[in-house]
Amino acid sequence: MIYLQLFFSFLQIGLFSFGGGYAAMPLIQGQIVTAHKWLSMAEFTDLITISQMTPGPIAVNSATFVGIKIAGIPGAIIATAGCILPSCLIVTLIAKFYLKYRNMDVLQGVLATLRPAVVAMIASAGISILVTAFWGNDAVITFIGTNWIMVAIFIVCFILLQKGKLNPIVVMLLAGVMKLAAAMIGA
Amino acid sequence: MRSKKETLLKIFISTLYLSAFTFGGGYVIVTLMKKKFVDEYHWIEEDEMLDLIAIAQSSPGAIAVNGAIVVGYKLAGMTGALTAIIATIIPPFLIISIISVCYNAFRNNFIISQLLEGMQAGVGAVIAAVVYEMAAGIIQGKQFSSIVIMLVSFVATCFFEINVIYVVLICIVIGIIKTIWLRRRAK
Repeated sequence: MIYLQLFFSFLQIGLFSFGGGYAAMPLIQGQIVTAHKWLSMAEFTDLITISQMTPGPIAVNSATFVGIKIAGIPGAIIATAGCILPSCLIVTLIAKFYLKYRNMDVLQGVLATLRPAVVAMIASAGISILVTAFWGNDAVITFIGTNWIMVAIFIVCFILLQKGKLNPIVVMLLAGVMKLAAAMIGA
Repeated sequence: MRSKKETLLKIFISTLYLSAFTFGGGYVIVTLMKKKFVDEYHWIEEDEMLDLIAIAQSSPGAIAVNGAIVVGYKLAGMTGALTAIIATIIPPFLIISIISVCYNAFRNNFIISQLLEGMQAGVGAVIAAVVYEMAAGIIQGKQFSSIVIMLVSFVATCFFEINVIYVVLICIVIGIIKTIWLRRRAK
């Protein structure tokens, strides 16, 4: 039963994530955190962090990570299969038609319409990650409950990325080190 | 003429290598695929490769997986696509399997937990920077409909917590209608 749930959850993630990169993130959050509660928001954030630092698409990484946690290696294989099945069918079909007709304007039109929505959905997922980082897993947003060290780390990282054009992996490692240093000092 | 077995082996090894050592997501990996299969092996024409990349990017699912499918399919049909998929999946599957086993053991370690916690703010900053850049691109595009889609999707997913799948479905329908309408008007 759990195998079927894993399979269909990741099937939906594979089927509805357009645009690559972070586009799968809001869908993974919807399925894994919101609908099935297989991961907490903090664990989900760890997963995104790990995905950033290792090769491989976020969706495939998540399928392996969640699959193993919920149902071991067989779970990971089934979740990964679910995640890539839509790609296999749709991409081969499109490639087949394309090699025959060389016309893709509907596909391009759909993608152009989706792009702004994808940006908005990534923003929403990013905000839930930041809420967890600043206010913890219970996410009660109060001024006193704010973890100001995390807010400071976020601002420094954002500036380093935006102005310094630093590599994201380096910035994330730096963020980890800053938090560790703050904890050592006892802040 | 090269034998099919040799072609499959070469597809397997090159996609495995690309998947294992490419950090930074699908957009990077398809560029490297172009380098390998167009510039190095001369197996695919440059123009055709650009179209194949467009298919990989506009289809649902991870771009790295889609890219592997189109290249594999183009070079050796269904067996080629399957070979490329498996080679693409193996590295992240192994790496994340190992990490997820360690994750449970290490998450309670003080140093690791502080590092991971700080990295939550770091990954939040990385996503914020990506969203900032993408949203700026859409606003500079000065397309009224794109900006409206972006704002409405943001409000829908962030404040009303509407399932992202519905947002994607609605955008697909709008995109299809828009493309057909534009095509009719062009006639």
